[in-house]
Amino acid sequence: MNSAWILLFLPLVVAAANQLVLRKHSLVPYLSTASAAASLVISILLLGKEGNAGFDWASIGDFSLRIGIQLDGLSTGMMLVVTGIGTLVHVFSLAYMKDDEACSRYFTGLSLFMFSMTGIVLADNFIMTFIFWELVGVSSYLLIGHWYQKPSAGDAAKKAFLCNRVGDFGFMVGILLLWSLTGSLAFEDMREGMIRFQDANPALFTGLLSTAVLCIFCGAVGKSAQLPLHVWLPDAMEGPTPVSALIHAATMVAAGVYMLFRLQVSLGAELFEGLFASHVIAWIGATTSLAAALMATQQSDIKKILAYSTLSQLGYMVMAVGLVHGEAGMFHLFTHAWFKALLFLGSGAIIYACHHEQDIWKMGGLLKKMPITAITFLIGTAALIAVPFTSGFFSKELILHAAKESNMTLFIIAAAVAVLTPFYMTRLVVIALLGKSRSDHSDHAKEVGPLMWVPLALLAVLAVIAGWLSGIAPAQPAHAGEFHLNALFFISLGALLIGSSVAFILYRGKDRDPVCIALLRELFYVDRFYDNFLVPVFQNTVAAILHFFDELIINGLLVGGLSRGAASIGQVCRAIQSGKLQYYAFAVGLGVILVVYFTVFY
Amino acid sequence: MNQLLPSLVFWIFAGLTLLGGIAVVALRNPVSSAMAVVTCFIGLAGLFITLSAFFVGIIQILVYTGAIMVLFLFIIMLLDLKVEKGNARSLAGIAAGLSLVAAFVIQLIGVLGANPDMEMSDAPLNKQRMVESAQLLTKESDDNPHPVGADSAIVKSLKEGSLPDVHLVGHKLFTEYNFPLQMLGVLLLVATVGVVSLSKKKSA
Amino acid sequence: MASLNEYLLVSGLLFAIGLAGVVLRRNIIIIFMCLELMLSAANLTLIAFSRFHTVNGLPDYNGQMMVFFVIAVAAAEVAVGLAIIVALYRARQSVQTDQLTALKG
Repeated sequence: MNSAWILLFLPLVVAAANQLVLRKHSLVPYLSTASAAASLVISILLLGKEGNAGFDWASIGDFSLRIGIQLDGLSTGMMLVVTGIGTLVHVFSLAYMKDDEACSRYFTGLSLFMFSMTGIVLADNFIMTFIFWELVGVSSYLLIGHWYQKPSAGDAAKKAFLCNRVGDFGFMVGILLLWSLTGSLAFEDMREGMIRFQDANPALFTGLLSTAVLCIFCGAVGKSAQLPLHVWLPDAMEGPTPVSALIHAATMVAAGVYMLFRLQVSLGAELFEGLFASHVIAWIGATTSLAAALMATQQSDIKKILAYSTLSQLGYMVMAVGLVHGEAGMFHLFTHAWFKALLFLGSGAIIYACHHEQDIWKMGGLLKKMPITAITFLIGTAALIAVPFTSGFFSKELILHAAKESNMTLFIIAAAVAVLTPFYMTRLVVIALLGKSRSDHSDHAKEVGPLMWVPLALLAVLAVIAGWLSGIAPAQPAHAGEFHLNALFFISLGALLIGSSVAFILYRGKDRDPVCIALLRELFYVDRFYDNFLVPVFQNTVAAILHFFDELIINGLLVGGLSRGAASIGQVCRAIQSGKLQYYAFAVGLGVILVVYFTVFY
Repeated sequence: MNQLLPSLVFWIFAGLTLLGGIAVVALRNPVSSAMAVVTCFIGLAGLFITLSAFFVGIIQILVYTGAIMVLFLFIIMLLDLKVEKGNARSLAGIAAGLSLVAAFVIQLIGVLGANPDMEMSDAPLNKQRMVESAQLLTKESDDNPHPVGADSAIVKSLKEGSLPDVHLVGHKLFTEYNFPLQMLGVLLLVATVGVVSLSKKKSA
Repeated sequence: MASLNEYLLVSGLLFAIGLAGVVLRRNIIIIFMCLELMLSAANLTLIAFSRFHTVNGLPDYNGQMMVFFVIAVAAAEVAVGLAIIVALYRARQSVQTDQLTALKG
């Protein structure tokens, strides 16, 4: 158990040391990396351990806030993902960020993020989850806004933070609702309390549970960037690329799915069967998945493509949770974390080699110039588009299987996404890696150093084999890593072949995008709708209400009223302060007479 | 006659005091007011002496009329104050002031009327009592924490039948009230320094 | 012989006269003099009590001690007070209290 505490607090100690003691010392990056590596070692040692420990952090009456650690298959498996990718990202960042002026701030932020993420994963109650949930939001804000000199980075950081806050509000309401239903915040005791409540109020039970779950789902919508709060994730690509790999592909965005699954496991999956909230979750996941995949087909920024792809895959996972096949979703989360981190880091290496060029239409022919990166990138792509026997293939198969069993419409949507995914990834590969270079930057690109490609290679290996590693995954679905030659396999293979071959034919040798669908390029106008309608309207309305309160009630009645009251009392009192000595002497004499009167005659 | 004379003396001095006081308030020339204060204080000193407080009576004349009032006169002359000629006070102001004073006097009479009067039975202090007092003063007691010597001037003059007022004041002052006396010296020094710093012309 | 109450009456009347002067007069020096009258009225009370409260057949000299100290402190007070009046006159060219209204609220 002690090692679990070390695991939790080591990154915090390192972050504090970095920020408070070392500051801009050149040791900072190495210290952070070392702590990440130590976390990884501890996570590996903790695999398969079970237990619970904690202490009361604050007590209010008989209610206490607990900081506790829950060790089980889910949390240890998730820790492995977090620390594993975290360590590789740290190593990659050593090279990627070495010329950055604010390198130490970056690594401090990474350590803080590791701390927050560890807290979410290890938390044994919802309040602790919420605290670390917010901390993740903060550290993500810091890292997205790392290059805050760029206005777009600052805006993206704010946008991410605000979107998360919107979701977190619902999350908090959900936690409180759940607390009032079950009387407990600890994951362990929730099921018991829930069943007690179900026995006591069978009529109310379903509705209230649905509401609570939906509120909590709001948090996941924010963190895992589901519709309609998905807008922050593509913008978050303004942050340094390793951050995108760590936070916006593998860990933080997965936290929503993790939390939902944790809730499902704690309350018991059977409660979720046929629940209205589950349908909503599944449909939102599926819609996000499809919409994001469609948007990805028309992006030209390499990181944006990957960001929308992440959205799409997260939609898959959320859908799986909504279909009460959370373990399939978690397994997909597990495999996806590796190959998406690989893709992001690969894109980082490409961007680094191309002198921070992110437009795929200005790349090309990179396969020959930087073979290791390109090959690992291809492996990641293969896993993502579910080429048989890569990790992505197994996990996606499980989700498709779950969808097929539960709901045909959802299955069709999932299958459509399975076509679109190979399409946009093949498009990316064909344009960026194959063909000839389209700009000087990509022409001069050369292979990155070992500090960068070693993590890539490691991740590439994991991207391939993760499908067979269900033993260490956060959740073990029934048929993980098994291969059956059934209808599903052919559908999936067909989708892969259709998607990639169409893209291959369409984009091979092209210098410009031959397809231009404004609707998709403009992201279904969601961002525009937010920027031009929702935000201004809300801002103006809220501003008007606030102005009313501020001017009339606060300023007019409270502040102004008080001051006017004080002034008028002062006006009365100043008449007494005539400044004439006689009046004062008269008052003293009067006082003397009154004192004599009251002491002698009264 | 023996009974009447001290009473007459009291009324003369009391009248002098009160008339002087009224003149202070009533006269419009500051110098006249100051002279009225002197008159008043002389009457007061007389009253002190009728009360056998010879030392305090003399001090009253020396310090108050001799020193303090002269200081007042100096200041009046220094500031070259003329007769007040500002427009007279409003009637309401005078009425308010007088009613205040009237209320005070009524209260005074009420208080005095409610308390038992006390006659000064043995005035002047008789010789028989003084000899007894001389005996008591040489012995230490709660009333007399600092006994005087048997052959001291106090005892001698008490045995002769005259009140050694100055000796008694001095004895009290330098035994029981020694520390306050020292403090008084410090206070006067501070006052002196204060006056100097107050009246110093501010040179830039 | 005069009784205690007669002395106290004189003392009280003198105090009332002083109070009237303080309330009615506007020349600050006169006011100051009236204050001295009030102090002296209190002294008279003390002396009277001292005489009428005999200890060992002699007047109670503790009361006279108090008067002695009052006179000494009054002397110091007058010195400082007059110095203040002089400083005030220098600053305002007036000793009339109705012209000294800097404390007006």
